Amino acid sequence: MPRRKLKLQHEVEELSILDVDGQVDTALEPALNHDELLRIYRAMVLTRELDDRMLKMQRQGRIGTFAPCRGQEATQIGYIYPMQKEDWVVPSYRAPGAQIWRGWHLEQILLFWNGYEEGARTPEGVNDLPVAIPVGSHPILAAGIGMGMKLQGTKQVVLTAFGDGSTSEGDVLEAFNFAGVYQAPVVFVCENNQYAISLPRAKQTRAETIAQKALAFGYDGIKVDGNDVLAMIVVTTEAVNKARRGDGPTLIEAFTYRMQMHTTADDPKKYRSDEEVKEWEKKCPLLRFEKYLINKKAADEKLLQEIHQDVIDEVQAGLERFEKCCVPQPDKLFDYTYAQLTPELQAQKEEFLAILAQRDSRNRKH
Amino acid sequence: MAELTMVKALNLALHQNMEADPRVIICGQDVGRDEGVFRVTEGLYNRFGESRVLDSPLAEAGIIATSIGMALYGLRPIAEIQFSGFIYQGFHQIEQHMARFRNRTRGRLTVPMVLRAPYGGGIRAVEHHSESKEAYWVHTPGLKVVIPSGPRAARALLHAAISDPDPVIFYEPKILYRAFREEVPDEPESWEIGKARIVRPGNDITLISYGSTMRVTQEAGDDLADLHNIDAEVIDLMTIKPMDTDTIVQSVRKTGRAVVIHEGHRTCGVGAEIIARLNEQAFDYLEAPIRRVTGYDIHFPYFSCEQVYLPDAERIVRGAMDTLNY
Repeated sequence: MPRRKLKLQHEVEELSILDVDGQVDTALEPALNHDELLRIYRAMVLTRELDDRMLKMQRQGRIGTFAPCRGQEATQIGYIYPMQKEDWVVPSYRAPGAQIWRGWHLEQILLFWNGYEEGARTPEGVNDLPVAIPVGSHPILAAGIGMGMKLQGTKQVVLTAFGDGSTSEGDVLEAFNFAGVYQAPVVFVCENNQYAISLPRAKQTRAETIAQKALAFGYDGIKVDGNDVLAMIVVTTEAVNKARRGDGPTLIEAFTYRMQMHTTADDPKKYRSDEEVKEWEKKCPLLRFEKYLINKKAADEKLLQEIHQDVIDEVQAGLERFEKCCVPQPDKLFDYTYAQLTPELQAQKEEFLAILAQRDSRNRKH
Repeated sequence: MAELTMVKALNLALHQNMEADPRVIICGQDVGRDEGVFRVTEGLYNRFGESRVLDSPLAEAGIIATSIGMALYGLRPIAEIQFSGFIYQGFHQIEQHMARFRNRTRGRLTVPMVLRAPYGGGIRAVEHHSESKEAYWVHTPGLKVVIPSGPRAARALLHAAISDPDPVIFYEPKILYRAFREEVPDEPESWEIGKARIVRPGNDITLISYGSTMRVTQEAGDDLADLHNIDAEVIDLMTIKPMDTDTIVQSVRKTGRAVVIHEGHRTCGVGAEIIARLNEQAFDYLEAPIRRVTGYDIHFPYFSCEQVYLPDAERIVRGAMDTLNY
């Protein structure tokens, strides 16, 4: 009965392929053709453009409070890229680019943040869940979906994304555990953007990395440069393939940075320095990818410009559709509580509609 | 005396209690360096430091349960949940431990802590930021539930909650955080938990509410007088548990009619309990069934429709007139 050391394997891989200057490690570079690279680039630009427009709209009072994602474009487009249509995604609330990639309509993103339930209605033909506002409450739903996939013997995979703050929530650790115990085909992506509102990553957990948390649950974690879309695609593709093979979950820590506020309701100057933000501006995921595309002759400046203009037009068209959809529908409020309106709820609905009607007729008189 | 908003009044209570008692500590998300998302904890981190103002990891169960632990150990924690809609991540700790230690240990171990959270709608927020589910806590033995509706009450009741020997759930109506100012005494002031307040005396009908709907209830009281020549008595419960049954019973014995108002869902809401008590103790005096003007039994709508969900003065007047015309 000696006191001895258990030899546990505890290594965490770290991956970066495309550096801040756009230099690529050709040994690690994924084999993506020019069309694919441009499709990825366009999705990242769309994410940035939508985010910029939403921030302006929020300041103008045209949408409500929202969670900007500037700086996290490579993370979300990178992890969503390998997902197949029949797969499922349980998204984070700071990744509209990933949702649009999956088939959510641009105007839904705006509707969601402008107080319309229609923004949370998964489009037909898309398997994904809507975003969950309570931090860390959703990854365990992905674990359950993955367990379902395994039970049914499908070749589907479920990916779920969440922030660094989420990893402190008990439900997230339970998600990690269930997925591991049942070897469910789940890909966990932690979008480690360094802050949970004001709390820096270093105060969120004593652990050196978030990726290493996977080791305690019996599977691999990998830390990846989240501002490097190529590295994101490579690690997520590996994790998705592994899950599809039946070899269980993976935890990916995408190391990135939230360039803006947590939501439009807070002021990041209270809790971080401008210098820190400036350092991260240099690591912009879009700039390095543009350099890569040009170096690789996948695009020239003119083509990049055209893509930008095309994206601006697409966002503008989405905003116009959004504004047409902004019609409150109070008569629908009661209809989705149950499959069938219960008698007691029917009575409340009638009371509610009578009040509305009375108000409307009075307003018309005035 | 100074004219303070509710946010500043709560902040004053926190400052004075932390100053007076080194056992008082604050734990929550963004309560320190960021000074709270609503600025209720402004200045505390700078004054008392990170050992007494804990910027916690993002985990509601963690915030609640470690506060329970600190309270068991002899501290006086004030835990903050950023929005009451996230309190359910710690529901089990409230129900299984916070509420039970006194009874479980036959009084040997107790949990003298305050659990603060902003609640209620009307601020155009996303899902889970607008609800009123105080009834969950009212249902649980061992908890006290306090919900102030103005700056002075908020300060004085938070002061009382911090000194209370039992766990207090302290819900703050966020719509009223900066809605108006009130004179608040500079010296520490404490109001007894469990006492309601008659904010408008009257003889024709009793309007009973608390917290976020007090403003519209008072407005309805004024409208009843101005538009219908009805003299309403308006009661602010302030403490939901233990409820000041005497005050509401005495009022309804006098007026014979009542309407209860709250944002929370109707079924098994606080209004149901109020009506049950009036039924038990004022039945012989009732001239009409007591009405409820409350949130409906649906999830709090996304904000494009929140205003039609929330009780307003017009709905309250309508409920009162139905009762009066019964």
